[in-house]
Amino acid sequence: MVNVMVNAPRTAKKGELVELKALIQHPMETGFRVGPEGRAIPRNIIERFTATWNGAEIFSMAFSPAIAANPFVSFFAVAAESGTIAFRWTGDEGFVAEKSVAIEVE
Amino acid sequence: MAGRRAFLVGAAAVSLTPVAARATPQRMAAAIREAVGEAAVREGKVRLDLPPLIENGNTVPLTVTVDSPMTEADHVTAIHVFNEKNPQPHVFSARLRPGNGKAVVATRIKLADSQKVVAVAETSRGEVWSAGADVIVTLAACVEDLT
Repeated sequence: MVNVMVNAPRTAKKGELVELKALIQHPMETGFRVGPEGRAIPRNIIERFTATWNGAEIFSMAFSPAIAANPFVSFFAVAAESGTIAFRWTGDEGFVAEKSVAIEVE
Repeated sequence: MAGRRAFLVGAAAVSLTPVAARATPQRMAAAIREAVGEAAVREGKVRLDLPPLIENGNTVPLTVTVDSPMTEADHVTAIHVFNEKNPQPHVFSARLRPGNGKAVVATRIKLADSQKVVAVAETSRGEVWSAGADVIVTLAACVEDLT
């Protein structure tokens, strides 16, 4: 299992702006590097990151090989309702990782 | 004369071949066009923050901030980042909604060389805003040889 770290406040006031941060362990191999014996190292990257709030997409991002290893993303959202914020990463070689956090909106 | 001309054409072809394998200002411009379509790209409203001097191109912190009210009528729909000299001109494309409240995206990127990085924002009203930043990279990423 890959290491995933997400950071979101546990509680927020309705209408408050919250910052959401997500970090995942991944090599983000570009496919442009040459390894031992002169062989090209095949590309292995995360291609897509999405965040949903109670199932509705709030943010998505398409990655390229130029995203650094162990991709970090931070963005904002307006706290509208209590529920679950889910983060999902998908990529090469069938890579899928998910993490969700609960948030209480008063 | 013909010999000299042939030589110059040949020399130009040889010197251009390796460059074609990397992103160039032209390829970056083409990639921006492809992302935003026909809309006019204007400078302003976008702030691109990244260190001007980068010791390690493997992890470069970058923040894009767009001045936008983020209302239903007027909000940022996408933020794209491009570069001139990595193997590919794309860095990322993020999709935003009014529910984001604030058009800010932060991440960490790789840079293969000293170059210009450009952030482009699309708004719901069809406007396209951009900002560029020149950076110096001392240790390059992406293409290093591990042998």
